[in-house]
Order: sequence, then C-alpha cells, then structure tokens
Amino acid sequence: MGKTSTIIKREFLSRVRKRSFVVMTILGPLLMAAIVIVPVVVAQWSDSEYDVAIVDNSDYFVHAFDDRDNVRFTPLGTNIDHALELMHDGRFDAVLHIPEAAFQAPSTLRLFSEKSVNLNARLLIENILKLEFESLKLEHAGIDEEVLRKIETPVNIQAIRIQNDGELITDYPEISMGLGIVSGLLIYIFIFLFGSQVLRGVLEEKTSRIVEIIVSSVRPFQLMIGKIMGVGLVGLTQFLIWVFLTFFIVGIFQFAMPDLFQFTPDERVFISSSQVLSMEEMEQQRELIQQQDTMAGQLLEGLSAINFPVMIVSFIFFFLGGYLLYAALFAAIGSAVDNEADTQQFMLPVTVPLLLAIIMSNLVISNPDGPVAFWLSIIPLTSPVIMMVRIPFGVPYMELMLSGGLLIIGFMATTWLAARIYRTGILMYGKKVNYRELWKWITHA
Amino acid sequence: MDALLRAEHIIKEYANHRALNDVSLEIPEQSIFGLLGPNGAGKTTLIRIINQIIGPDNGEIFLNNEHLKPRHVEQIGYLPEERGLYKKMKVGEQAEYLARLKGLNGFDARKLLKQWFERFDLTPWWNKKVEELSKGMQQKVQFIITVLHKPSLLIFDEPFTGFDPINVNILKEEILKLRHDGATIIFSTHDMASVEELCDHIALINKSEKILEGQVQQIKKQHAGRIYEVELENMKKPLENMLDDRFRLLTSTGTTDSTRARVKILNDTPANDLLQPLLREAQLVAFKELTPSMNDIFIKQVTGRFPAESAETDKQHIKPR
Repeated sequence: MGKTSTIIKREFLSRVRKRSFVVMTILGPLLMAAIVIVPVVVAQWSDSEYDVAIVDNSDYFVHAFDDRDNVRFTPLGTNIDHALELMHDGRFDAVLHIPEAAFQAPSTLRLFSEKSVNLNARLLIENILKLEFESLKLEHAGIDEEVLRKIETPVNIQAIRIQNDGELITDYPEISMGLGIVSGLLIYIFIFLFGSQVLRGVLEEKTSRIVEIIVSSVRPFQLMIGKIMGVGLVGLTQFLIWVFLTFFIVGIFQFAMPDLFQFTPDERVFISSSQVLSMEEMEQQRELIQQQDTMAGQLLEGLSAINFPVMIVSFIFFFLGGYLLYAALFAAIGSAVDNEADTQQFMLPVTVPLLLAIIMSNLVISNPDGPVAFWLSIIPLTSPVIMMVRIPFGVPYMELMLSGGLLIIGFMATTWLAARIYRTGILMYGKKVNYRELWKWITHA
Repeated sequence: MDALLRAEHIIKEYANHRALNDVSLEIPEQSIFGLLGPNGAGKTTLIRIINQIIGPDNGEIFLNNEHLKPRHVEQIGYLPEERGLYKKMKVGEQAEYLARLKGLNGFDARKLLKQWFERFDLTPWWNKKVEELSKGMQQKVQFIITVLHKPSLLIFDEPFTGFDPINVNILKEEILKLRHDGATIIFSTHDMASVEELCDHIALINKSEKILEGQVQQIKKQHAGRIYEVELENMKKPLENMLDDRFRLLTSTGTTDSTRARVKILNDTPANDLLQPLLREAQLVAFKELTPSMNDIFIKQVTGRFPAESAETDKQHIKPR
C-alpha cells in the first residue's frame, strides 16, 4: 500500500503542477460563472438605442408607439421617400411605413433598414401593431375592450413535486432538463478527459521503457491502480475547485449587485378549491405569476429548487464510479499498443457506450422515468451519464442504490479485466495486437 | 562459496512457445555471473522471473536459501536492457521516486543520491528535466537508481550500450567495486570481451535451454583444443617436416628465418613431445597453449562449430613459402 500511495502521489503532483491544469482550473469556473452571470447582466445593460422613424399614412397607429426597451420611435409627417433619405443620412436605424390601406391589408406594412433589422425592435413593433389591430377591430365590432380583458384568464398550472422527504417544491422541468443535460455532459467530458490522461500516461511509461524499471519494484497492478487513482484525484480536485470557485464568483456578483439577482422566495398561495378569491386577490396572483414569468425569475427560482448538495454528491459518486470503470479500460488500451495511432481500433468499444449515453440523454429528459431511462441508468457502462441526467428530475432511492451498486461491481470487473491485459501488455513491444490476442492475455493465467 | 541465487527447473511458456525449458542455475555469492545467449534465447524472460515481474509456470527460485517473495525486490537492483525515464520529470525528483519504490525513505534516498550524483558529476543536473540530459548522462542516472538501495543482487542487462569508452571504464570499475563490497552481479551481454574481463562464472542459454554453466577459467580449459602457438627462428627444415603424425600443423606464416605457427596435438600425446623436435631443428622463441575466447565458445555452442580463424580451426591452410 505504501508504494501504491507513492505512485498516486507522483501521478497527482506531476499533473497538478502542470500549467495546463492551473489554466483549466481557473478558466473553468470563470466560464461557468459567466454562464450564470452574463445573461443576467446583459439583460440589464442596455443595448445602444435603436431609432425607428414612423411614416403612418393611415394615422390609425402612430399614437400607439411609445419608446420602450431601447427602441425610440419618431413619427414623421413627411412622405416615405424623405424618411428613407433621412435614414440614409444616419438619422434613423429603420423606417416603419404604414400605408393608408394598412388596416384593411396588414401585409402592406413595411420596415426598412439599411442593416439587418434589429430583431428586438421588429418583435416589439409587431406586438404593438397586433394589439392595436385587435383593439381597432374590437371597436369596429362593437365589443368593449374592458370587458374582454376581464374575461381573459391566464391559466398557469403550477407543477408541485412532492419530494422523498415530503417537502413540496415547485417543479421547473426546463431547469431540470438543462441541469440534467449539463451534468450528464460534464460526466462524459470528465471521463474522456481524465480517461485519456490515463491512457497517455500508460503509453508514456511503456514507450519510454521506464515501466520495466518500475515493475521490478512494484507489481504491475499497483502501478496501474496508482495511476488511475492519481489521475482520478486530479479530476476530483479540479471539479471541487470549480464548484467552490463558481459559487464564490457568483456569490461575489450577488453581493456586489444584489438587485440583479433579486428574487423573492415565493410565498405560494395554495388555494383550496372551496375558497373563492376576490377580484383583488386574483389580481395579486396574476401579478405574482407575471413577475415570475420573466426568464431570470424563473431561472433563479428553478435553481433554488434544485438540491445542490445532493447534485454535487451524486455527481462526485457517478463521476468517480464512471471514471474508474472507463479509466481501467483506457489503461488496458494504453498498455496493449505501442503508439497513440494504434489506440484507435480499441477506442471504439469504449467510446460507443458513452456516445450512446449522450445521444440517448435527449430521450431521457423527455421521459425521465421511462424504461429507456431506467435501464440506461442501471447498466454501468451508461449509468454515470444517464443517472446524472435523471437526478434533477428526482430518482427513487432504490434505483440510485441499485445503479450505484452495479457501478461499483462494474468498475471492479473492468479493473480486473484491465489488470490482466495490462500486466502482459506493458512488457510487449513491437507486436500488433488484435482482439484475439487480448483475449489470450485475459484467459492465460 | 554459497549460492546467493538458485533457480531450479524453471519452465515458462507463452501462448505459442516455451521461453524457458527446465533451466536451473546457481549464482555464487559475490560473483559476477555472465548470463549469455543469442537474442530470443530466453535471457530476458529468466531475468524478469528473477525480478518477479512475471512468474514461472514451474520451478522455484531461492534467494539466500529463501523462496523468492515480493519483499525480496528490495534486495535486487535491475538495470533493464530497454530502459528509460520519465522525460518531463526532474532528474533528482525522479531518482528519489524510483528509490522510494525500492523501499528507501525520502531522507535516505536523497542523502545517497547526493553522494552518487557528486561521484558521477551529475549534481548540476539535479533540477533539470530528464530530456535535457545526454543519453550517456541518462544512463548514469539509471545506473545510480539501480544500485542506490544497496541490493545484494544486481542484474545488469547490456549495461554498457550507449556509453563512450571512458564511461564504460568508469562503469566497469563501479561494478567491480560493488562486487568487492559484497554484491552479487548478474551480467547479461553480447559483448564477449567484457565477459572475459569481468565474469567469474557464466551460463549460456540457447533456444530456451541452458547449454553451458560454470567458472570461466574451467570452461575455457574444457574447450581448449590442445592447440599451441609456436614461434621459431633459424629453422633447419620446414616445420611440417619436423612433425610426425602425432601432430597436425594448422597454420603457419613467415619464412624459415622466422615462423609463427599453430600446432594441434592429437590424441593424448604430451605437449613435451612437441617441444623436442622443435628444440632440435630450430630456435624456439615462444611456445604457448591457445585457449579459446569466450566469443569462440559462445559461437561454437550456439551454432555447433567454431568460427573460422579461431584457435580451434581445424582446416589446414599453410601459406606457401
């Protein structure tokens, strides 16, 4: 054991001291924090103003345009040609032309611009015009707009998930989906990143011929396990630093700009069916819902509903389990070949289950409790990725334990298999190895 | 002398061939033991078995009369033929790491390494990466790593490849010094000159079997072909006319004024009988028995015949005078 820990220490330190590790460790959380912070900040920081000139020949609509969301409207009394000239001189970014017959034929509406039209402005204009058309038509049909607005009832079913401990939380499937995909992808990337580090490490020892010196001191198994565990610790260290730094950076931003992340923990009013709400209460509810309808609000509430400790603990478990399972196979491949080019033929069976897991994760998020999701999250080759995809949706403890247990058995099996290939492979030079040869190594005691 | 290492009836089979077939060896304590044999004979397999890198299918190995066990790796130092180091790792750090794997603690390892580095003029390279070192310097580092933990058994597989003649000499002196200090050395090489120079004992392995084992001097005696080299001056008649059928002239060069020749004594005729006609008919300048070189013995044992021009050559080719 003493010698194995000496090996682990070397494998760990030699990688952690590399410049690439330091760079990745710092860049990772910056990127992740940026993913959280940038959309929030960008939403606040205004774009430059967008000037739209309006030439309304019909006179029906011009009063409906109020400056909003960095789009400024300027009604022009001139004809369209003059407006276009003004745009050409740079006075306006775009010109909206509403012809006389626009009310009868909305398709005659035109928005001119010299560059590609700002999408936001176009959506805003369309929205304003749509509402205006509606109210004009209502008026035309003799319907009181006030009445209509009151009849309109926004229906927004709140999905409540009853957790294992009986606590009720609001369910945001979009957030669970996003989080599931991201953590599944992260597991996939981590397994490949650190698995191929194991492969390259084994190959380096073999091609530099240092392996023969080492195996005269320690058993090949100790060398293999030492390398796998050393590299695994590097991965774990990197992940923990990432998590810590990401929360730290996001925390600093929250502290520095609290208003950006303002989110009132939602005091959901659970309404019993017998209770009749007054108009006033109904109005309050509506405002509350509208407030939460904003993207940032939803994101923040959804994220706050996620059980991060559980996510992180299960991420670490499934990362380590999946890594150990695949790293052993990577080590076996590294030992069996003489150079990196020869690894290709053996990479396929290792890559396919992982790729399958990533491809299937789209199916899994749409039906996280279906049979496909269940089986893929139980079978050890795909379970690390698929289980991480499922966990944000909630997975019964029994399934988690079954999957975890099988993963442990799975990596012990691949380690056993890899050890048998490894101890023969590392001392075998200049021989093209095929699957039959590998099978001989495994079966030959 | 007691045997430090005893191998008994070692058999090792690979998937499609037998690498060692019933090989037994005794390596006397404090000897330099040459393990010889052509490429692919099974030497490396035997060395790997002694190093417990692989296990034999049959047979046993004893070190100091104890069954070879995992803990014995700390008493063995092994310099493989195909050897390398981590290229990106610093020299001193790497040497310490490999010493730790041999069971030394960090403090002792560093202390011993500093001494050895000083002795081999490597101290300035302690903090350099291995890839910055010349091949010769890397070999020195590997040699130090092999001997650092003061093993009682040292195994050198082609230790001199990659060294210049000066460093080969330094290394030979170190090896002799290690033996003097009590180490037993297994020395595997194709360089027969260094075998003659260093080895007390040898074993020859060919086609997975041991075909020869013993003390170098005895083996040479056994293989001596009773061939004598004579140098004569002022001969009264040609050499071939001096000799009767108890002798055979193998080679002869020179004139009647000065001749050098090789003569094989046939049957059990005493060597003195050869001297008599020579002393009578010429002036004898030199007379000595030729012993075959290890090189000749090696080739004879492996191919079944001595190489041409060797001491044992039977062909007659007397140059016409």
